[in-house]
Amino acid sequence: MDFELTNEQQITKSMVKEFAEQEIAPKAIEVDRNARFPIETFQKMGELGLLGIPFPEKYGGAGGDTITYALCVEEIGKACASTGLSYAAAVSLGASPIYQFGTEKQKQQYLMPLASGKTLGSFGLTEPNAGSDAGGTQTKAREEKDGYVINGEKCWITNAQYASTVIVTAVTGKTTSGKNIISAFIVPTDTKGFKITSPYEKMGVRGSNTSELILEEVKVPKENILGDRQKGFQQFLHTLDGGRISIAALAVGIAQKAYEKALHYAKSRKQFGNPIASFQAIQFKLADMAMEIEAARQLVLKAAWLKDNRKPFKKTASFAKLFASEMATKTCNQALQIHGGYGYMREYEIERMLRDAKLLEIGEGTSEIQRLVIAREIGCLE
Amino acid sequence: MNIYVIMKRTFDTEEKIVINDGVIDEDGAEFIINPYDEYAIEEAIVLRDEHGGEVTVVTVGDEDAEKELRTALAMGADKAVLIDVEDVDEELDHFSISKALTAYFSKKEYDIILGGNVAVDDGAGQVASRVAEGLGINQVTTITSLEIDGTAVNIERDVEGDVEKIETSLPLLVTCQQGLNEPRYPSLPGIMKAKKKPLDTIDLDDLDLEEEDVEAKTKTIDRFLPPEKQAGKILEGEVDEQVDELVQLLRNEAKVI
Ligand SMILES: Cc1cc2nc3c(=O)[nH]c(=O)nc-3n(C[C@H](O)[C@H](O)[C@H](O)COP(=O)(O)OP(=O)(O)OC[C@H]3O[C@@H](n4cnc5c(N)ncnc54)[C@H](O)[C@@H]3O)c2cc1C
Repeated sequence: MDFELTNEQQITKSMVKEFAEQEIAPKAIEVDRNARFPIETFQKMGELGLLGIPFPEKYGGAGGDTITYALCVEEIGKACASTGLSYAAAVSLGASPIYQFGTEKQKQQYLMPLASGKTLGSFGLTEPNAGSDAGGTQTKAREEKDGYVINGEKCWITNAQYASTVIVTAVTGKTTSGKNIISAFIVPTDTKGFKITSPYEKMGVRGSNTSELILEEVKVPKENILGDRQKGFQQFLHTLDGGRISIAALAVGIAQKAYEKALHYAKSRKQFGNPIASFQAIQFKLADMAMEIEAARQLVLKAAWLKDNRKPFKKTASFAKLFASEMATKTCNQALQIHGGYGYMREYEIERMLRDAKLLEIGEGTSEIQRLVIAREIGCLE
Repeated sequence: MNIYVIMKRTFDTEEKIVINDGVIDEDGAEFIINPYDEYAIEEAIVLRDEHGGEVTVVTVGDEDAEKELRTALAMGADKAVLIDVEDVDEELDHFSISKALTAYFSKKEYDIILGGNVAVDDGAGQVASRVAEGLGINQVTTITSLEIDGTAVNIERDVEGDVEKIETSLPLLVTCQQGLNEPRYPSLPGIMKAKKKPLDTIDLDDLDLEEEDVEAKTKTIDRFLPPEKQAGKILEGEVDEQVDELVQLLRNEAKVI
């Protein structure tokens, strides 16, 4: 057992911490207020190689591991949750599936530009009538002699307006037992009939791009099927397992920031002649925050370590996602409470963190779905 | 061109520092490359890219400094050398460190050696100058601009906010001041490549030095943090009364008039 990070992990963490403090944090207020996607930040992150951390060098990546990647998500999320969410989605949802399931040719053509940070990737699974129950996908792909024609609608898809490709899931047929066969397609965003807009007014992560996709007779060649045509469903479940580690890391980052602000504030705010940090009621809140953040971080690193060592990580990733996201909302809520009326004001940034954190209990599998996954993993259904 | 950087690992003075019995608590401290040395590393890389050659980063310290050396390699330096003094029992001072570095450089061929203006931890600004003296080469401190043409060197240096222009020649030692450049972030591919770059560890034996040779010339008696700032005082009442009270306080409490 060794809790020490490697030299490379430590150096990356320090670099990203400094980069996030210098380049990302100063924009957090503005991107939230204007709901503006900070594309220029992503260009810089691309130049530093951050968008390709967990992919091999031959595909334009850095050849790093999941732990390094999780450390980066935490630091970026600590500076700005919107940026952190789009970063995590670009790597875990947009690029990872191509690396895991793509052909050599697809990796050369589609993964390279994503990993080297020239453009962003996106992952379109959710539909207006298929959220937690992604098996209920209604988007259809009709097979024709030289390709597939896709029709359907996707909602709340992160980064799609800034992406060069979206991985779209669609029904391609039925099994003998009558179940839908879901396949995944790599769809270039400039394909005819592919309409991407961003009509949403979000509560939080407002600087992250969230898009609606309308696909009308969108034609893709057969070679754009990602992985096994029969196994699109299992593939995205696997993709989400990995993505959950990064969502959990993002939750830890947001909570860490809110906690640091609350601790600092509690020591400087005086009431009844004393700093409020001298009141046990406030101390207990801060003690709980510190403990829960650390517990969540250890779960994130454990899940990342399992993945890096090619051990089963599904259950631990769900543990991490569920615990960290609920912890983050709670921590931000308590941090706001410690700030009193000031916390309710935008200027103090805690209310933003609370709005941002809430998303993490919903995206990439709600808390309820995490509990279902865990229940299945621990054998409730056997 | 043979380009060398002398670098110090320091604790981050922007983070909280805890001192117990005159010793800095290293467990709680964050360690970084001395920020002024980052200018030196950046400048060295720029020089190499312009004139060719190799950048070697040298530090005197222990195994823990490998992280900072690897960071310098990740930024783009070619080689790193750790002069390991972990086994030396006595406390080392600026004389000791510069003695070790001088011994190291006296066996090397170098065109330019770059260091930071000062280290942010003790702020002495001694080591680099002592090395230049030891080697008997030109030195220019607190530089903000550097141009090399053949062996001719044009430098601008910061003198308390003013600029001084200097012409000198290689071989040369310079110390770098804020404003010289904007140090780059190590990129992820750079960090991964740094893993495979050479990092040599040598000790005093390899430099033909005995422990006595680097024996400190100074002794640190105590270390303590500056006293906490007291809250300010706001005078009240009529202006005349305030002036009277202020004069009183300046005379009796602050004792400045
Ligand atoms: C900002 C944002 C970004 C997003 N980015 C993406 C993206 O990039 N790609 C993508 O594909 N999707 C994305 N999503 C969609 C997200 O993954 C879904 O919102 C999520 O999976 C939940 O689906 P739903 O919203 O339809 O809720 P529903 O599935 O309708 O759930 C409603 C409620 O019912 C509960 N529930 C549902 N089923 C069960 C059950 N069996 N047992 C107990 N409780 C249940 C849920 O937990 C929830 O509380 C994003 C969403 C948001 C808000």
